[in-house]
Amino acid sequence: MLLSACLTGLIRVLVGATPRWVGCRPTPALRIYFANHTSHMDTLALWCALPAALRARTRPVAARDYWAGGGVRGYIATRGFNALFVERHADKRAEDPLAPLDDALARGESLIIFPEGTRSAQALPNPFKSGLYWLASRHPEAELIPVYLENLYRSMPKGTFLPVPLTCSVRFGTPLARVADEDKTAFLVRARQAVVDLA
Amino acid sequence: MTLEQKFLWLMGGIGALLVVASLIGWILHLRAAPRGGSATIDNLNARIRAWWVMVAVIALTFRLGRTAAIVLFGIASAFALREFVTLTPTKRGDYLPLVLSFYVLLPVQYWLIADGWYNLFAIFLPVYGFLLLPVLATVSGDTDDFLARVTKLQWGLMITVYCISYAPALLLVQVPGFVEQNLLLLVFLLVVVQLSDVMQYVWGKLTGKHKIAPHVSPSKTVEGFVGGGASAVAIGAGLWWITPFTPLQAAAMAAVIVVAGFLGGLALSAVKRSLGAKDWGQMIEGHGGMLDRLDSVSFAAPVFFHVIRYFFEP
Repeated sequence: MLLSACLTGLIRVLVGATPRWVGCRPTPALRIYFANHTSHMDTLALWCALPAALRARTRPVAARDYWAGGGVRGYIATRGFNALFVERHADKRAEDPLAPLDDALARGESLIIFPEGTRSAQALPNPFKSGLYWLASRHPEAELIPVYLENLYRSMPKGTFLPVPLTCSVRFGTPLARVADEDKTAFLVRARQAVVDLA
Repeated sequence: MTLEQKFLWLMGGIGALLVVASLIGWILHLRAAPRGGSATIDNLNARIRAWWVMVAVIALTFRLGRTAAIVLFGIASAFALREFVTLTPTKRGDYLPLVLSFYVLLPVQYWLIADGWYNLFAIFLPVYGFLLLPVLATVSGDTDDFLARVTKLQWGLMITVYCISYAPALLLVQVPGFVEQNLLLLVFLLVVVQLSDVMQYVWGKLTGKHKIAPHVSPSKTVEGFVGGGASAVAIGAGLWWITPFTPLQAAAMAAVIVVAGFLGGLALSAVKRSLGAKDWGQMIEGHGGMLDRLDSVSFAAPVFFHVIRYFFEP
């Protein structure tokens, strides 16, 4: 709890992380927040932008290879923002990589995911990977909320370790509409466009 | 009177002023409510509420002493620089100079004040900071818009760190017989510059007709500047007893502060507009960002500082 409070405070001082509820309200509905990914602070910034009550039942999804180590990063990820780990490398996967995410949604926990799978170097996101599609089709009850993180690629670009203080806003868009029988590619393009539209 | 007594009297006066302002704001709110309220009056009340907070923070910090006051301005500088950098379109190649500005240049500048090292304080950013920033910007190898990018950073650093740091640097001036009470010079600067802004706003809203610079800062009017400026000079003269000045000298000093502060507001408003924004940020409710509150200080502080050093130091 104390660590979470410190992290939120630090993020506020460094990058503000002001929430802008453009297309939806902060409600306790079951949600999958999906956002553009440009820096290591993205997870924390999006998580901090949520009201405390929602934060407690929203799990950021983090890459196991980066965040789940034993050191400071692992400690921050598990104790600080209660991350769910996902295996990025296919050869290390023993089970369906999305299984822990399914379980969390089934327990009523919302998720924060970065569908690009890795950080991009510019303001607009790279093409989305298919994880979001599978989660969305398996959980029709969840609202899909596009989120755009502004400015963070300037604060802590890929390859750097010290954040530059900048005011960053976190824009929450309108829930992505569900289209019957939409194929994977079309869905992923539409989802990415929803994030781009918030930029 | 001792520093302590002057400080308490002054804070009592400011507190009374805020009570009166809050009452007026409340009455205006009640009168406007039946007509569906007014955005101007809501903004006025938000500004007054923010003033209570700002005065409380400054009063408590100054009670803690010199170091606390220096740290407070260091933090304010950091927020102002953050706002400046946010509006400036920095690129990947500016990362290193930005890190240097926030984590080295800014803390060193304020440490130099705490250390009382005037000679280095005065040249640290204009010489070493100025030369080091473009060098670090070359590391990335990105030469697109190089001059424009480096200049924007240098400019932001000069305004938000160097110029604003002149306010706490007033603690270093050596006016004979007044050194122990230097904190009051800082209070004098803040009271005059901020009341000048407030009075110009009030006079402008009540009587303003002729815009001074409609494209740069539409809210600045001749009537507001003259009425507000004269009020602030009168208040400054009335505060001579907290300063080492005679009433006439205090009035002249207040006039210097008012004019420099006004020009600062004007110039920074043009910068803000060229960056495509109306406010520097949203930190302070009703006022905008930190730099919206400190724009006039950033011009008034260095001028006030050097005028004192020229005329009052032996």
